[in-house]
Amino acid sequence: MSAIHCHQLCKTFTQGDEVITGLDHVDITIEEGEFVCLSGPSGSGKTTLLNAIGGLDTPDSGEIRMGEIRIDQLDRGSLADMRLHHIGFVFQAYNLIPVLSAQENVEFVMQVQGVAAANRARKAAEILREVGLEGMEDRRPAQLSGGQQQRVAVARAIVSHPDLVLADEPTANLDSVAAAHLMGLFSQLNEHHRITFVIATHDKRVMSYARRLIKMQDGKIISDEAQ
Amino acid sequence: MAGLKFHFATIFVLSWRNLWRNHRRTYIMLGAISIGVWAMIFMTALMRGMVDDMLNQGIRNLPGHIQIQHPDFLDDPSVVNSIPEPDGELLVALNQAGAKRWATRIKLPAVIASERESRGINLVGVEPDAEADISGIPAQVSAGRFLVSNQDQGLIIGAKLAQRLETRLGKRVVVMSQDPDNNISERGFRIVGIYRAKMPGLEEFNVYAARDTLQKLLKIEGRVSQIVIVDENFRDIDTLYQKIRQSIPPSVEIKPWYDIDSYLAAMFNMMDGFVLVWVIIIFLALSFGLVNTLVMAIFERVREIGLIQALGMRPALIVYQILLESLLLLLIGLGVGNCLAIVTVKPLESGLDISIVAEGMAMMGASSTLYPSLTLYDMVMANTVVIILGILTSILPAWRAAKMDPVQALNTT
Repeated sequence: MSAIHCHQLCKTFTQGDEVITGLDHVDITIEEGEFVCLSGPSGSGKTTLLNAIGGLDTPDSGEIRMGEIRIDQLDRGSLADMRLHHIGFVFQAYNLIPVLSAQENVEFVMQVQGVAAANRARKAAEILREVGLEGMEDRRPAQLSGGQQQRVAVARAIVSHPDLVLADEPTANLDSVAAAHLMGLFSQLNEHHRITFVIATHDKRVMSYARRLIKMQDGKIISDEAQ
Repeated sequence: MAGLKFHFATIFVLSWRNLWRNHRRTYIMLGAISIGVWAMIFMTALMRGMVDDMLNQGIRNLPGHIQIQHPDFLDDPSVVNSIPEPDGELLVALNQAGAKRWATRIKLPAVIASERESRGINLVGVEPDAEADISGIPAQVSAGRFLVSNQDQGLIIGAKLAQRLETRLGKRVVVMSQDPDNNISERGFRIVGIYRAKMPGLEEFNVYAARDTLQKLLKIEGRVSQIVIVDENFRDIDTLYQKIRQSIPPSVEIKPWYDIDSYLAAMFNMMDGFVLVWVIIIFLALSFGLVNTLVMAIFERVREIGLIQALGMRPALIVYQILLESLLLLLIGLGVGNCLAIVTVKPLESGLDISIVAEGMAMMGASSTLYPSLTLYDMVMANTVVIILGILTSILPAWRAAKMDPVQALNTT
C-alpha cells in the first residue's frame, strides 16, 4: 500500500448565499498500516476529508496522492477503479444494497472486481463468520439488526483486503457492545492484515482504539497526535 | 471477456431484483407494454389483412400475377392488338415454369343490349376450367351456373348489370363488338349465370363468355388478348417472371402485376411503411410510461446508486444496469404482448365479417370479409422497434443515474 499525502487541500460548499469551508489548506500524510481517527465537531471537515481521500469528492485546490497516483486528477472511471481495488468504505448508515442478501452484499465488490464465483463465495462466507454473522448469509438487510447490517458493511469493506478502509462514524448507530465488537474487529484487521484505517468519529470509545488522533475544526487540522 | 461475464452476472442480478422491488409499478408497466405490443401486432394484422385483400382483389381483377400480351394492348385493348395462342418454346416455358395456373383470355370493349337497355361493357373470353384460380368468378356466381367449356354458348353477367339492363337469368341479350377488320360482330347470348363480385363496382362492367365462342364471333380463331399466369403468392413472383420472360417472342411483352398496376404496387410498397409508422406511434405513447417508470425507479434508489458508485462500479456499468432493467421489462412485456396477439389474431384468420361497412370497404377495393394476417415480418418489426426505441428512450434516465454525484447521492434521505 502506498501512503496518502494531502497537500494544501481546500474545499468550500455553497449553501444559499453562505459559503461554508469544508477543508482549509489541509496537509496530512497517512502511512501504510496506520490506525487513524479524525475527530472534531459536526462541520469540522472530517467527512469532507474522508470523501476527498476516497475519491468521492474533488477538492477545489490542493493535491491528494496515493503513492504516485494523483487522486484529484483522475476521471470518474479511474476513480471508480481506484475505489474498487484499493479502498473499502464503511458508512454511518450501513448502506447495504437492499435487494441483495448479506452474502451477496459482501460478494458485490469482488464480483465487480471479477473474482471467480467459487472464490468469492468462500471468501464472503469466511469474512461473515469472522464478523459473527454465520448462519445469516441469506438474510436481506431488512431482516438484519442495525449492528448486524453494520457488520455486513464492514465485511464488504474488508473482504477483498483493500489497502485503505475509510469509515465515517461507523459506530454511530450501534449500541456499546456492538460498537466495541466492531472496533475490536478493526484493530484486529489493522494488526493482522496491515490494512490502513481512517475513521471519522465523535465517539471517544472509538478514539481510544486509534494509534493516531487528528483533531479538526472549521476545516483545519488543529492537532495531530500519536496515542 | 471473463470480466464482462462477471459484470453481466452482477448487473443482471441487480436489474432483475430491482425490477420486482415495486411489484405494483412493474405490473402496471408490463400491462401497458403488453397491451401496446398487442395493439401494434393486432392492428397490423388487421391492416395487413385488409391490404392483402385489396391487393388480391386488385390482382384478381387485372387479372393474374403476370400477363403476356401485345405491346400495345394495355394502351389500346382492342381486338387488333391480339397475340397468337401460345405454342412452341413459349408453351413449353409456360408448362414447365412451375406456375400455379396459366390461361389465355380475350378481353375487349363491347356493348350489351337487353330488350330495354344497353350498356358499355368489358367483354372477357375465358377458359372456364382455369377461371377459379385466375379471377375467382366461378365462386361468385350467385344464380345459374358458370361456363362449363371453352365452347359454352352462355353468358355470365354481374347482378348490378342485370339490374341496369332490367334483365335476368335465362333471358337473352345481344353483345356487339368489332372484329379486326372493323366490322361489327354481334350475336345473341342467353344469360346462364349471374355473379355478385366482392367488389360490387365490377358487376356492372365485366361480362364473361367462353373463349372459343368469342374467337368465333370476332373471327380471331387461334388468337387471344392475353396469357395470364398466377402463382401461389403474389409477393414472390420474380423467379417465375424471369423464367418465362426468357422464352417469349419479341412481338409480345410480359409484365408482372406491379408493373401493370402502379396503384397496387404503391399500396404494396407503402404497407411496410404504414406498419412502421403505426408501431412507432404506439411506442411513443408507451415511451412516456417507460421513461416515467425508470425515472421513478432511479429516484427511489438514488442513495443506492451513490453507494455502488462509492464501491467502485464504473458509470458505464450503472448505465448498463439501468438499460438491462429496461430491457428485461420490455422483453417480458413483449413476450406477453406477442402471446396475446397470437391468441387473439389466430381465431380471426378464418375471416371477420365486416359487411356492415361493406360499401366503404368496396370503395377501397377490399371485400366485406376481413382476413387478419399475422406475419412473422410484422411481429419481428414490432418487437425490434419496441426494443430499439425502448433502449434509446432509457438511455437518458440511465445516463443521469450514472452522472450522479456519489456524495450527494449517499446523503439523500
